[in-house]
Amino acid sequence: MNSNVAALNKLQTLIVIGNGMVGHHCVEQLIERGALEHYRLHVFSEEPMRAYDRVHLSEYFTGRDAESLALSEASLYQTPGVTLHLGVPVLEIDRVRREVITAQGCVGYDKLVLATGSYPFVPPIEGAEGDSRLVYRTLEDLDAIRAAAANARRGVVVGGGLLGLEAANALKSLGLEAHVVEFAPRLMPVQLDDLGGFALKTQIERLGVGVHLSRATQSISPGEQYRYRMNFANDEFLETDLIVFSAGIRAQDALARQSALEIGPRGGVVVDGQCLTSDPNIYAIGECASWNGSVFGLVAPGYQMARGVAAQLCNEVAEPFMGADMSTKLKLLGVDVGSIGDAHAHTPGARSYQFIDEASASYRRLVVDASGKHVLGAVLVGDNSYYDTLLQYMQNAIALPSEPASLILPSSEGAPTLGPGALPESATVCSCHNVTKGSICSAIDGGCTDLGLLKAQTKACTGCGGCAGLLKQVFEHELIARGVSVDKSLCEHFAYTRQELYALVRVEGLITFEELLAKHGRGHTGCDVCKPAVGSILASCWNQPIMDTSLVPLQDTNDTFMANMQKNGTYSVVPRIPGGEITADKLIAIGVVAKKYDLYTKITGGQRIDLFGAQLHELPDIWSELIEAGFETGHAYGKSTRTVKSCVGSTWCRYGVQDSVKMALLIEDRYKGLRSPHKLKFAVSGCTRECAEAQSKDVGVIATEKGWNLYIAGNGGMRPRHAELFATDLDDETLIRYIDRFLMFYIRTADKLQRTSVWRESLEGGLDYLTEVIINDSLGLGDELEAQMQLVVDRYECEWANALKDPEKLKRFRTFVNDKRPDPDIHFVQERGQRRPIMAAELNLIPVTEEIA
Amino acid sequence: MSQTTTRRIATLETARAWTTVCQQQDLVSNSGVVVWHDGAQVALFYLPGAEGQTLYAIDNHDPQSGANVIGRGLVGSIKGDLVVASPIYKQHFRLEDGSCLEYPQQRLRVWPVRLNEGVVEVGSD
Repeated sequence: MNSNVAALNKLQTLIVIGNGMVGHHCVEQLIERGALEHYRLHVFSEEPMRAYDRVHLSEYFTGRDAESLALSEASLYQTPGVTLHLGVPVLEIDRVRREVITAQGCVGYDKLVLATGSYPFVPPIEGAEGDSRLVYRTLEDLDAIRAAAANARRGVVVGGGLLGLEAANALKSLGLEAHVVEFAPRLMPVQLDDLGGFALKTQIERLGVGVHLSRATQSISPGEQYRYRMNFANDEFLETDLIVFSAGIRAQDALARQSALEIGPRGGVVVDGQCLTSDPNIYAIGECASWNGSVFGLVAPGYQMARGVAAQLCNEVAEPFMGADMSTKLKLLGVDVGSIGDAHAHTPGARSYQFIDEASASYRRLVVDASGKHVLGAVLVGDNSYYDTLLQYMQNAIALPSEPASLILPSSEGAPTLGPGALPESATVCSCHNVTKGSICSAIDGGCTDLGLLKAQTKACTGCGGCAGLLKQVFEHELIARGVSVDKSLCEHFAYTRQELYALVRVEGLITFEELLAKHGRGHTGCDVCKPAVGSILASCWNQPIMDTSLVPLQDTNDTFMANMQKNGTYSVVPRIPGGEITADKLIAIGVVAKKYDLYTKITGGQRIDLFGAQLHELPDIWSELIEAGFETGHAYGKSTRTVKSCVGSTWCRYGVQDSVKMALLIEDRYKGLRSPHKLKFAVSGCTRECAEAQSKDVGVIATEKGWNLYIAGNGGMRPRHAELFATDLDDETLIRYIDRFLMFYIRTADKLQRTSVWRESLEGGLDYLTEVIINDSLGLGDELEAQMQLVVDRYECEWANALKDPEKLKRFRTFVNDKRPDPDIHFVQERGQRRPIMAAELNLIPVTEEIA
Repeated sequence: MSQTTTRRIATLETARAWTTVCQQQDLVSNSGVVVWHDGAQVALFYLPGAEGQTLYAIDNHDPQSGANVIGRGLVGSIKGDLVVASPIYKQHFRLEDGSCLEYPQQRLRVWPVRLNEGVVEVGSD
């Protein structure tokens, strides 16, 4: 009890000024991260209503009430330790005494977060007052607009930017004849170019909204037909009953100025990457903050800042704010508008492709770099279906096709396709549960932003799990498309990607999970995501036996028991048959084992033999007999080298030009036991007829008259991909050197559970880049990659042979540690001369006494 | 473990019958083993590094696959709960009470369990 009292006394006071979207997000994040254990939290809001959704403000006029726009239940601010002061503006910050002063008194603070947002800029215009000087920012502003509209016929918005067009939409939905007056010669001057602005103007005018460009309002006087008259240059004028100003925002930095915090050149409280102001106890986030001279007027960067500050205040590691991508995609007055990256082609050397359809007033512009290889930006008006693909091209620096214009040209198949963003809504992502991309999107639209939750909701990836990679890509892609930033952390225990963890393990020479977790992770347990991933990294780096005490708890069940678990909890066993070449004696040995343990036997696609139906306690006996007969483990259970498939080659085949079996044996012997982000399949064909199907493998080798052609990053499976020709006519030594480098570079840089094909597609610079790194050694990594591979090769040991030597490791291979019986719930039936697991439907029909154990 | 804590557990649990199921050395740290207990398959997870309880007993039967495999799942912590992931379809069960993170309708039986001078004992519930 005493300690609790002491803890209470030790609580510091944290004040958040502002309860807009960003301020609210910060509060949510603080509570979620446990800040209330360290702080009493006070939130001050000038507005009388708790935080609401400003992005959807215009829906206030189409039926949504204030409460439904609120961002949280009222109860959040009733959490003990949290006090929300609504309608209480902060008048002053006394930085010396560390107090904020309000009309109701002073509150001391230890830490302060400014989230005061922005205010609408209204240019000083003679005669602007009352209903001719409305703004569009808060619910109170909207109430004022609604009141003014009650007796009005026409309304004008000054400002043709994003918010101005939103406001025009709001006026339209109030039943007014709406007009937009813009100072610049085009609409949305920040996001669109001239032609884009023109297309948007045309479409908006077709909707009955008046658009007046290059007009500066000089004064407002009483009107004749309507209440007011707006006077422009050259005696032009426009009459209206109300005027809404939406001519841009300014950071609300008055408090900061007053308390002499550093202010940016164009307004806003200067912050660093930690969102700290010039006072180490004061943070600023959202639209009131100026980072690197810029104020970010979108909600996503504001949220990013809020999360970073909440994390720091809870003593968590926070990623520094490094600016934000201001690409946007929206529907304004029902018209699709998209703007990506350098939409104006400001980058030196930038070149553009443009597509104009005057009939539908659609416009698309693609901005590419001087080399013509990468997307720098884009402008879209009228059809945002191109947005996702173009954004992918830019964000991932994906190499452009030879005809970049094809990306914006209309085609009978609709917008061009690329990766997950381009999959149609109807595409099946998870074939086990028939989950389409469309249903994943609806789950996300329904508020699901957690991959685990998404799986539970849609059942995607809860079947065979083969779609895990694709699901993650689609999920992340869809989140990004919705303006949510995607957390690339491996899991809740590591705020790093697999690649980053790999670098930490290698650079710091870490050899256990515990070391890595203690130095770079959180908690002391880990989970089923990070443990196998780290287990794989450790194996890739150091290749210690996976059954070692410290490594066992990291392995997925298949790696733990060095066999593949099947649906009824029994295992299948795959001995290595290098290159698919096997002697009669070894075939007999497999047959003997299969017969003795009554194992179902099937030939695999990788030219080996799979033995099914072994129980846990039978595995060591089965393996000692297989090892006795000269077999090694086939690693069919691991994310590691599987097989090297081969044709019979020049030894027997009349067409063969090289000894493909010999090469397959060389490759399989070298890379067996190599653990990697995902499984690795190889093949060697003895001639161009390609009987070994090498072009569907991670590494494919095809014989030529002069040597070997090397193909890389092919894939069978659910998303087949042809391997790409990487190098031609190699001698044996060079071939192995390139494969060494390729595999180690993949292991070093790939994401968790990413096949070489997906990795290669996500690689910036594509095949050319890989050629530079592997063949031309552009990074100077060649020797290092080869040395790392040699270490793994030198340390190879058959894991099963290793385990059988150690009684301690065998301890685990017991179905029950206190009883010799097998699992009594495992039942088989005979089919086509072998046994197979009984099916649930059959189970009920068979009396217990007739079960075959 | 301090004396007071031991005494408190003892007074709370006098009414419970304890059955020895295996030796402490049969356990595998940070991982699971399975015992046959009174006609049931009980998975024992031993987490010597965990704060508080270090030994858990939970049903070995995975309701989703129908196979007896929970004892071969990976243990971890998710949002503060110690969990085991089914090795077949990867859904997570809380070691504390057997509840499932993903599917509320799936719930595993749990048993009281303790280490008593090198012996693992499972309690009647």
